[in-house]
Amino acid sequence: MTAAAPVTRAASFPGERPVTPEVVREHNLTPSEFDRIVAMLGRTPTLTELGVFSALWSEHCSYKHSKPVLKRFPTTGPQVVQGPGENAGVLRLPNGWAVAFKIESHNHPSAVEPYQGAATGVGGILRDVFTMGARPVAVLNSLRFGPLSEPRNRYLFAGVVRGVGDYGNCIGVPTLGGEVGFADGYSGNPLVNAMCVGILRESDLATARAHGVGNVLLNVGAKTGRDGIHGASFASEELSEKSEARRPQVQVGDPFTEKLLLEASLELITSKLIVAIQDMGAAGLTSSSAEMAARGGVGVEIDTGLVPTREAGMTPYEILLSESQERMLVVAEPRQVPAIQAICRKWELDATEIGHVTDDGLFRVRHNGLTVAEIPGQPLVDDCPIYTPEAREAPAAAARRKARPHGPARVDADAALEALLDTPSIASKRWVYEQYDSTVQASTVLGPGGDAGVFRVDGEAFALAVSVDCNNRLVALDPYEGGKATVAEAARNVACTGAEPLGITDCLNFGNPEKPEVFFQFKEACRGISDACVAFGTPVTGGNVSFYNESPTGAVDPTPTVGMVGLLRRAEDRVPSHFRATGDRIVIVGGTAGALGGSAYWAELCGFVGGEAPKVDLEHEARLQRFLVAAAAARLLRSAHDCSEGGLAVALAEAAIGGPYAERGFGAIVDLRTYAPDLTAAQALYGEDHGRVVLSVAPPALQGLKALLARHGLRGYLAGEVRAPGGSLDVVLPGSVHRWPVDRLRSVYDDAIPRRMREVVSDRAEA
Amino acid sequence: MVRVAVVRFPGSNCDWDAYHAAENAGAEARFVWHRDTDLQQADVVILPGGFSYGDYLRSGAIARFSPVMQAVQKHAAAGGAVLGICNGFQILCEAHLLPGALVRNDRLTFVSRPVWVRVERTDTFCTSAYARDTEMRIPVAHGDGCYVADDDTLRLLEAEGRVVLRYTRGENPNGSVADIAGVSNAAGNIVGFMPHPERYADPLTGSDVGAGFFRSIAGWIPGGATRSIP
Repeated sequence: MTAAAPVTRAASFPGERPVTPEVVREHNLTPSEFDRIVAMLGRTPTLTELGVFSALWSEHCSYKHSKPVLKRFPTTGPQVVQGPGENAGVLRLPNGWAVAFKIESHNHPSAVEPYQGAATGVGGILRDVFTMGARPVAVLNSLRFGPLSEPRNRYLFAGVVRGVGDYGNCIGVPTLGGEVGFADGYSGNPLVNAMCVGILRESDLATARAHGVGNVLLNVGAKTGRDGIHGASFASEELSEKSEARRPQVQVGDPFTEKLLLEASLELITSKLIVAIQDMGAAGLTSSSAEMAARGGVGVEIDTGLVPTREAGMTPYEILLSESQERMLVVAEPRQVPAIQAICRKWELDATEIGHVTDDGLFRVRHNGLTVAEIPGQPLVDDCPIYTPEAREAPAAAARRKARPHGPARVDADAALEALLDTPSIASKRWVYEQYDSTVQASTVLGPGGDAGVFRVDGEAFALAVSVDCNNRLVALDPYEGGKATVAEAARNVACTGAEPLGITDCLNFGNPEKPEVFFQFKEACRGISDACVAFGTPVTGGNVSFYNESPTGAVDPTPTVGMVGLLRRAEDRVPSHFRATGDRIVIVGGTAGALGGSAYWAELCGFVGGEAPKVDLEHEARLQRFLVAAAAARLLRSAHDCSEGGLAVALAEAAIGGPYAERGFGAIVDLRTYAPDLTAAQALYGEDHGRVVLSVAPPALQGLKALLARHGLRGYLAGEVRAPGGSLDVVLPGSVHRWPVDRLRSVYDDAIPRRMREVVSDRAEA
Repeated sequence: MVRVAVVRFPGSNCDWDAYHAAENAGAEARFVWHRDTDLQQADVVILPGGFSYGDYLRSGAIARFSPVMQAVQKHAAAGGAVLGICNGFQILCEAHLLPGALVRNDRLTFVSRPVWVRVERTDTFCTSAYARDTEMRIPVAHGDGCYVADDDTLRLLEAEGRVVLRYTRGENPNGSVADIAGVSNAAGNIVGFMPHPERYADPLTGSDVGAGFFRSIAGWIPGGATRSIP
């Protein structure tokens, strides 16, 4: 290959290996990507430059397989202050407030080092939010593991939960909700998605756009060590037997330093002393500096010799690619440096000048005088080749939708309810969320254990509702409908509390996109998410793509997790999920066709994942959301609970069992003879038709509720009544009557995860 | 108006919660930074929850050596009121302003949930609004909340009625000896406990049963009956 005349100059750092095809391969760059680099530079890159390209052109940083698909997401709306492209999305709230939020994955690190992998996942997402100038006020998480019958999965589950908890608890940000699922596909590759929500004055919004030639770059926070080098590339390959050797690439978190960094960053932003700020996350100093420069259309020059390091002798390559945690890159006018350093000193942090903004558009790295990298900045960030892989559904997947269970359920419809409540994916997650501080900041209006978390904003009448959701079984079965269903469920959860859905962030966890069947899932799920977001008026404000979630046993279920934020105009109108008073009427909104395709019932009791996935009627869902918001504002509801995994019976049982700290659950009687006249018991009880909620209503409010339902074009079924605590849940069907003592249901529901985790102490020794 | 100083250590994270609870109860609250030695003529000092200095070494172990703690020691020795909540309780024990120690929860995991407690000492600056033996449910959120003390200390605490809060209804969340959730010094001007009443000081955030601690503080008369040098 003949290169054009060099457009830039750089020298190898002493002792650096020469760049050979073997070295290029190690950096996960293809020969054609390498050719593009050579053409861009007009010469062979130095090893340092190769490292920079490998990080920025990794899937994690470049979105090279996903960009064309993500471009189709709806990202605008009157409420959008900041859409995708910044550290976090921002939506407008009343009275000059705004909410910044984002979800991100930390799957691969957590697979090899669950505690630190999960902890640093929380740390990273917190930084994404507070670099926007927002104070983090809530975290949520979405987790997936293999079945708890395997010791390794119990070890991963326990470690991840401890890691998430220790980090968030120490920072003092409440965990308000989340979801945890267990399925075979996640055995070799757990998913750890963390979401953070922050509040800011819209006028304090900070950006990560470098500008002002001559302005300085400051490294704020922790010193740089050798941890996490090539973390972004690690996240962009499949897990294998060799992944264990990647353990040293997992970063180590220090939540105490993060707390100081949080306070210092917010003080720097609100004092207007800085021009721009960005977290050093994936690909560390490299991506933060290159991306900030590219956004601002300027060049940067960094002297890696000035970066404070934990150990002597670190090369520019290592300093550029380290993913040491709790670091920020700040751009500021030179005259502000002393004031910035004073604030940092107050918070016991270093703020060190490491470079400056230039007018030549180059990304230049020097180390004690030697130029070790010089790359055109805009192409470095923007010219990574974009791939549009083939998308083709696997024939087996299509066949699965036509299939039916091979035999009958292992227990009858009566016993099935206990079996479902004993399923870890459905059961109470108390074991998890009691390890997370959910009440710090004294703003928690509705904590974990309900449909959505709700928190108030200091001094304001309004509150926000937040939820994360994904029904991976439905996405696996029918990616398009599953994508729609995921957004619909998140919106329904938020609306059940009385909040109006505002917008989403998404974490798209898939297998290897170079496989046509995986890319098909990705494309179709994103199409479903887009259509639902358009129908609900809830734009996508950002998120994260996590590909290559594969282990030697295969790809994970496609898991596009959606984090939804909603606005509750008056905090005191919040509606909890559980029955609250004897004599209240039970109303079901939304009809049923007894859809068992992709249901928990078929999966858990027939060992069958298949059948036709139920279709989501987006127009009905949107009406249902508007109705719930109006009903809450009119104070017509005593409780509202979304009907999802496990169907109507599980929804009724959860509403009856009560909140995690209820003294005792309520009884209830429900007559479904006119609601589901032609269905089998299993269809009526466990069908998973979308668009349904279970309400409880004080008798005097019934008239108002009926009128409101009619106004929204919805049909409500007056199905029964809440009975005294300590009773049973009685359900009358056309051909059978079912009676479940609520105390018994509650103990099964509460103990499902603890009883499986009692062996965990010995697992730690084994694993 | 009663003046409340809320001490902020690096790593404090319940500082605002205590500040708001005190202000809402009618006290005048202000923050004091850990490097300061001036308590700004506070009547009551609150050491809030959090992870002071990262809780490295041991919870509260480093905070006790901070400049502000010299001032708190002096304030307490002069009979001034001091309340330590959660990490603040741990600091008071580390500083030997209260007896005993807080060690890792018996189940080894962080525990966050509301628990039932009983108010057993009501003649202090922060519990006077409650009737003796009032039971209430307030949140705990800690990893190191298991109260331990030697037998002589325990006998003394019980004999002198210095157990301020006790876990009840079988809800000891951390393995504390004798279900102790909080203790005081003999004079009652120094109190520490693990639960967080400041989080249950408003019906909107779960409950307002904890507001009485801050009403007690706001209504306390400095130099009143409960104030005497130990």
